Amino acid sequence: MKHLDDAQLAALYYGEAGTGEREHLAACESCRLAYQELTSVLDQVELPVPERGEDYGAEVWRRVSRKLPSPAPGRSFWGTLWMPRPWAVAAAVVVLVVAAFVAGRFWPWRQTQVAARPIPAQVRERILLVAVGDHLDRSQMVLLELVNSRPQDDQVDISEEQQRAQDLIGSNRLYRQTALRSGDPGVATVLDELERVLLEVAHSPSHLSTQEFEELRHRVEAQGILFKVRVIDSQLQKDERKKS
Amino acid sequence: MEWMETTEMAAIEQVRAGDGEAFRLLVERYSRTIFRLTYRMTGNEQDAEDMVQETFLRAYRQIHSYDSRAGFGTWLFRIATNCSLDLLRKRGVRRESQEPAFEDDGPKMELPSTAPSPERLAISGQIRRRLRVALAQLSPAERAAFILRHFEGVPIDEISRALGHSNSAARQSVFRAAAKLRRALAPLEGTAK
Repeated sequence: MKHLDDAQLAALYYGEAGTGEREHLAACESCRLAYQELTSVLDQVELPVPERGEDYGAEVWRRVSRKLPSPAPGRSFWGTLWMPRPWAVAAAVVVLVVAAFVAGRFWPWRQTQVAARPIPAQVRERILLVAVGDHLDRSQMVLLELVNSRPQDDQVDISEEQQRAQDLIGSNRLYRQTALRSGDPGVATVLDELERVLLEVAHSPSHLSTQEFEELRHRVEAQGILFKVRVIDSQLQKDERKKS
Repeated sequence: MEWMETTEMAAIEQVRAGDGEAFRLLVERYSRTIFRLTYRMTGNEQDAEDMVQETFLRAYRQIHSYDSRAGFGTWLFRIATNCSLDLLRKRGVRRESQEPAFEDDGPKMELPSTAPSPERLAISGQIRRRLRVALAQLSPAERAAFILRHFEGVPIDEISRALGHSNSAARQSVFRAAAKLRRALAPLEGTAK
């Protein structure tokens, strides 16, 4: 019988060996002894590292940030929307229309400003951040109300949430496409997942049995979309505070 | 977690777009992991700190070449390993008789018992010295691969990406290193029990 060599024994130790090696080890007394010896040695190989506190990352950042080269001029997701490139301008115009529409529903004075005179890029960017933030807030609200719905007579009426989800799909798609074109896959991915959830809600029957509702709620919760939306929303709020 | 990857990718994209502040999230997330690796590679606290800083500066400069098919952590491991190896090379290849730079009050070979007798302490000291020498005798690839696998628990396929080696070369590096350490330490291990 061919015994296991050192490399095969080490592979077993690190859980990287194949079935053949494992079977051989189970059957071979001599290899088991060699494996035990290796295990007792490697189990003791320890190189403790000096402790670093919770704020170590921030400390490293302070040191590193002083030495970083100056950033390239603004090509962030939101900045890109206003860059003088044909697709960016087109996307920006479309988004601005939606943004003005959405913002206008809540802040009519802002809509007046949009229509009255050219708006500086920074202000437009801020309007957009507010509009997208508002879109995410409203999406969160719909999903929260949906998952917290209670059955009545063994049925759950989601017609109201459905209508609101349907209303959000169009603007969500627009923001997602813009994020994609602007090279911001993080935001685009979350908006893509949100869109799928909104579509599912919008296309479900308006009255669900308790079991159907539980299945829908489980699917929504399993995707963790509420949490992801909250993360992106808080990033946007931070951006917005910086711009204001 | 998926959402963490999402925010990480968003941060990477923002850095690529020129937003230096977005790099902060990545630095804060990976600093401690990279410090552990560079300390074990260099064996010296100050060198390890310097290598942490150098790793993030290189990562920032090269972020456009980051390929998202590999995890960002794996990519940083690769940079940190290369930084540490560059430093060690600059200081000259260590010979068999030389010990690595591990500080006296730093790495220790831990023995199973928590109540060391004078005899056990003496054996522990011998094991520690043997371990230093054995680690110093590993080739740079073996040393890096062993540290990543043994201490950081990085799977072989990620080690191969981190070191830029083939899967089988990375596997051989880890297993050869383990076998060498076993040969170096086994005679003492029996007496340590």
